[in-house]
Amino acid sequence: MDTLITGVVDWFTVPLQFEFVQRALLVAVVAGVVCAVLSCWMTLVGWSLMGDAVSHAVLPGVVLSFLFGLPFAVGALVFGAGSVALIGVVNRTSRVKEDAVIGVVFTTMFALGLVLVSRVPSQTDLGHILFGNVLGVSDADIWQVLVLAAVVLAVVWFKHRDLTLYAFDPVHAHAVGINPRLLETLLLGLLSVTVVVALQAVGIILVVAMVIIPGATAYLLTDRFERMLAIAAAVAALAAVTGVYASFHLNVSTGGSIVLAQASAFTLAYLFSPRQGVLRRRRIRRPRPRAATAS
Amino acid sequence: MTAAIEVTGATVRYGDVLALDDVGLTVAPGRVCGLLGTNGSGKSTLFKTILGLVPAESGRVRILGHTGTAARRRGLLGYVPQAEQVDWAFPVRVRDVVMMGRYGHVGPRRRSRPADTRAVEHALARTHLTDLADRQIGALSGGQRKRAFVARAIAQEADVLLLDEPFAGVDKRSEATITELLLQLRDGGRTLLVSTHDLAQVPALCDEAVLLQRHVIARGSPEEVLRPETLMAAFGVRAQEEGSPWTP
Repeated sequence: MDTLITGVVDWFTVPLQFEFVQRALLVAVVAGVVCAVLSCWMTLVGWSLMGDAVSHAVLPGVVLSFLFGLPFAVGALVFGAGSVALIGVVNRTSRVKEDAVIGVVFTTMFALGLVLVSRVPSQTDLGHILFGNVLGVSDADIWQVLVLAAVVLAVVWFKHRDLTLYAFDPVHAHAVGINPRLLETLLLGLLSVTVVVALQAVGIILVVAMVIIPGATAYLLTDRFERMLAIAAAVAALAAVTGVYASFHLNVSTGGSIVLAQASAFTLAYLFSPRQGVLRRRRIRRPRPRAATAS
Repeated sequence: MTAAIEVTGATVRYGDVLALDDVGLTVAPGRVCGLLGTNGSGKSTLFKTILGLVPAESGRVRILGHTGTAARRRGLLGYVPQAEQVDWAFPVRVRDVVMMGRYGHVGPRRRSRPADTRAVEHALARTHLTDLADRQIGALSGGQRKRAFVARAIAQEADVLLLDEPFAGVDKRSEATITELLLQLRDGGRTLLVSTHDLAQVPALCDEAVLLQRHVIARGSPEEVLRPETLMAAFGVRAQEEGSPWTP
């Protein structure tokens, strides 16, 4: 018994003796929580594909940042926001449907990034950009993550009611003199910054998971938006810790582990959510809305 | 007297499709105007034009003498959406939805002050939703859902209300409740423009009616507009063939 307890305690404490694990935990948890907060709106607005697009489109920006010796967030933001703007312009000025425009723009940007990587002489490791390298983050990386995360959370704290209004009823926003286009732009801007934050933790390919799964999981568990935010953040933080530990002990990809931990949470919610879970719904049929007390 | 709603010569095109053709509409303050027409007759487009959501090729909109932008900034225009346009699974409570009516009145953070909470409570009471205020919006019946959005317009203190198909998906008893509520709002001085393809409630609710089929076909008292000859003239062939052009 004692050896079991010691074993469990060691499982948690031994990795913490390494500074790189501490740093990885910090970055993964902060990035996870910021992404989770934003993911609540992404889920409700239906912007999964947009999250995928923005994350892929930042690749050329990251490469060019290395080339010019800038913090990689600068290039990533320029290309993330630029792609969103480009998607908007092509969408408005052609008959091609929005999902196709998104598909064209983000794959083009990603391809441009790949070509640049192969030509730009640098110590940039493509693998680290694509799949994350949270066990090897530098001090500068950590500061970028912390500053950008603080910016996103501050803006969200200030504007969360407007963002929810935009997600729920943009026409009403317009009718009371609040510009929904401005809110859409704000949300896309927040998405760009958030993607940059999450790049450090899980890499370009898996960022989209971080900005969708926690929100989708929380959406299955509550009917209240404030609780949704809290649940999403908690799921993401737990998944970040689980992922980093699993990665350390099993010697597997950290980004992959974090996302798999999130996906496990989603699966549990999908199956066992008290009201929305598919297994629960079989037994307790939710009262149909129309059956509520007569009006 | 300044008209509550004044639309003159509104023409709207979606690409090659003419959605509204030189539409004029005037509603005096304190009146209920029924906007009648089949699906695709331009009712929704006219609403969007009044709300400033689609640019009119020509024509102008005045709300209580103000341009659309000025009217929206002053919170004069309240909008009650069609049921299909609302995400009923959205994680908001009835109370949260009604509070959104106050967002034009409060600061950039949209934090509610005691006065806003009072306005929301008042609107909930007026619409008999006080006991249901903490339910998720989708956990209401069809009629209650409509009343929640009317409550939002009341909390907004909007003088002019646009209601898009308020009787769609609502049972008979709720129809009567909604009609009564809307008449109370009118008697309080508000102006209502109610689009509907369900004619049953029109005589009880509307002071006047407009029949729309891309342009205004008839206007006048509900009795005049709903006269079989008028309807026949507007939809003659279809009315005979299908019995009624109004069934959705």
